[in-house]
Amino acid sequence: MSTSTDTIEQLANAEYKYGFTTDVEADTFEPGLNEDVVRRLSAIKHEPEWLLEFRLKAFRAWQKMTEPTWHNLKIEKTDYQALSYYSAPKKKPALKSMDEVDPEVRKTFEKLGIPLIEQQFLAGVAVDAVFDSVSVATTFREKLGQLGIIFCSFSEAVKDHPELVKQYLGSVVPYTDNFYATLNSAVFSDGSFVYIPKGVRCPMELSTYFRINAKNTGQFERTLIVADEGAYVSYLEGCTAPMRDENQLHAAVVELVALDGATIKYSTIQNWYPGDKNGKGGIYNFVTKRGIAHANAKITWTQVETGSAITWKYPSCILQGDNSIGEFYSVATVNNYQQADTGTKMIHLGKNTRSTIVSKGISAGRGQNTYRGAVKIAKNAKGARNYSQCDSLLIGDRCGAHTFPYLEIKNTSAKVEHEASTSKIGEDQIFYCRQRGISSEDAVNMIVSGFCKDVFRELPMEFAVEAQKLLSISLEGSVG
Amino acid sequence: MLLEIKDLKVKAEDKQILKGLNLSVNPGEVHAIMGPNGSGKSTLARALSGHPGYEVNGGSVTFDGRDLLAMSPEERACEGVFMAFQYPVEIPGVNNAYFLKAALNAVRKHKGLQELDAVEFMQLIKSKAKLLEMDQAMLSRSVNEGFSGGEKKRNEIFQMAVLEPRLAILDETDSGLDIDALKIVANGVNALRAKDRAMIVVTHYQRLLDYIVPDFVHVLSGGQIIRSGGKELALELEAKGYR
Repeated sequence: MSTSTDTIEQLANAEYKYGFTTDVEADTFEPGLNEDVVRRLSAIKHEPEWLLEFRLKAFRAWQKMTEPTWHNLKIEKTDYQALSYYSAPKKKPALKSMDEVDPEVRKTFEKLGIPLIEQQFLAGVAVDAVFDSVSVATTFREKLGQLGIIFCSFSEAVKDHPELVKQYLGSVVPYTDNFYATLNSAVFSDGSFVYIPKGVRCPMELSTYFRINAKNTGQFERTLIVADEGAYVSYLEGCTAPMRDENQLHAAVVELVALDGATIKYSTIQNWYPGDKNGKGGIYNFVTKRGIAHANAKITWTQVETGSAITWKYPSCILQGDNSIGEFYSVATVNNYQQADTGTKMIHLGKNTRSTIVSKGISAGRGQNTYRGAVKIAKNAKGARNYSQCDSLLIGDRCGAHTFPYLEIKNTSAKVEHEASTSKIGEDQIFYCRQRGISSEDAVNMIVSGFCKDVFRELPMEFAVEAQKLLSISLEGSVG
Repeated sequence: MLLEIKDLKVKAEDKQILKGLNLSVNPGEVHAIMGPNGSGKSTLARALSGHPGYEVNGGSVTFDGRDLLAMSPEERACEGVFMAFQYPVEIPGVNNAYFLKAALNAVRKHKGLQELDAVEFMQLIKSKAKLLEMDQAMLSRSVNEGFSGGEKKRNEIFQMAVLEPRLAILDETDSGLDIDALKIVANGVNALRAKDRAMIVVTHYQRLLDYIVPDFVHVLSGGQIIRSGGKELALELEAKGYR
């Protein structure tokens, strides 16, 4: 039945839809990284002394660190001195309205289908778009401002709300955390900042769209979201990058702080350029995402990872307060030569803390997909509960799925459940669908959507639709 | 004539299974194909539905005047060829009703008909479920997942009722069924007999034919049809065996 395996391989040859570059004049640093670069970066952004100090401490720590090797990834060595650490569109800022944004940049966003016009209000989405390193425009800030909600670029937050940034920056992901987070702490360029005041329910989904445009620039954004007591916010993050032959580095840090009784939902659709079908090019995506949940707070991470040549990310929750809740819902797809090592850490410190992990890994082509998750229940975390479910779906016979669940339980009253399954989209399933009139491609999409259902239903409606579309694009050609 | 098979030769895994099979089927007729294990009964069913594991290396199959072998499996399905599987596969996470809606709309689209919306579709399947005495709860479960053997076979017949094929091929539909389940499935099949619909019933045992009474019985042995007759041939085979 070799013919049928070939058919499965064929769907694996989709072209990257978002692979266009934009010609904008950019201010870009010469490649290389040293203390001077960090100082220049800080100076160009007119940063206060304390922030420069933070960066320098991180940079010095980073110099003594080495890249982690515990992951299940084959990675070409990155030359950190060959990268440029800053790139910004030249005609810069102090933009008052959308009309002032560089038309080329706007065109890019239009191609991406991001609604940067005010009409998006109707859709209930406020967008903070990050184009390379500088946040280009933030919409609806005024509307949100009336509720006391702060939603702006990270740089602006440093200027306008230094006390909040100073208090929380590095409070969840310390600058010494890991090689990539530490690098980010030294050279982060921009990102988003959100603050929801006490008791306020953010009335719209907040959304950031990241896009890497310039060549040889690593993108290091930094996101910080603080939900004060009893506040609620749902945040969406979408990512794309143009096609380049060389690998581009992306090392972001996201910190979430959910104070007592607050809820933060953080949803990601990651569609960075995955490289071509021979594994050339593509984004190296090393991301540190972590949230801290105080008493009765809840943090939900939902991610749909279809892009990047390499994905290394473990959105995690520190369940510090009693009765706090952490959730992680993930769909990770690898096709062609993509590799993903992703999962979560749920750290139960408080009493009666609860966590749920639902991970769906889909492997096609020669892709390698690893779920890596840790559940830690501390000595004092009485009555803690965890439920984990890790399912893998294989398409074709040259891909791989791996699962590494770690459990560390120090309180005997804890209840921890783990379920795992591995299945294969069989030729018999596809034939069954075809015999009923459904094409191979539709059959694969249907089976994959069914497999991911538990995760998709956690996504906000319009995102769920996009996720489903992306998934079918990224698996196009894996069955024919 | 609806289906005309001439000198059909089929290979599976490099083994020649069918060695020149001839069969003609008119609309409204029910043909039973019987024969010992390994004689090629299921190979015939799968070759007709276009299973990629079976290679046709001789002969021709004409369906309603068109070359069936030139069509992809989904095209055959859309043209009205339905196979009730011997071992229906499970498709976890895919809702039974959703699956059937996708199938029905694919067929309708092929015929140039408008696709049914959710409301119209639900009305249709409710009436079909009633016809086959199907438990509606089955519709909201995943395709065949966790179904008993009997439920799976009933689900096949239910799909057939919704898709309304012109040619239905039942591949060992009786295997693994107890007598009660067999009766229910047979009743469903009988309810779907129609003058514009032909059926090919592949079976190893005569007992199914007590409930689905065929117009013709054929004995398949060594990759060819060696005997054909009326329904009484089945009884003779039951008494004397295939030799």
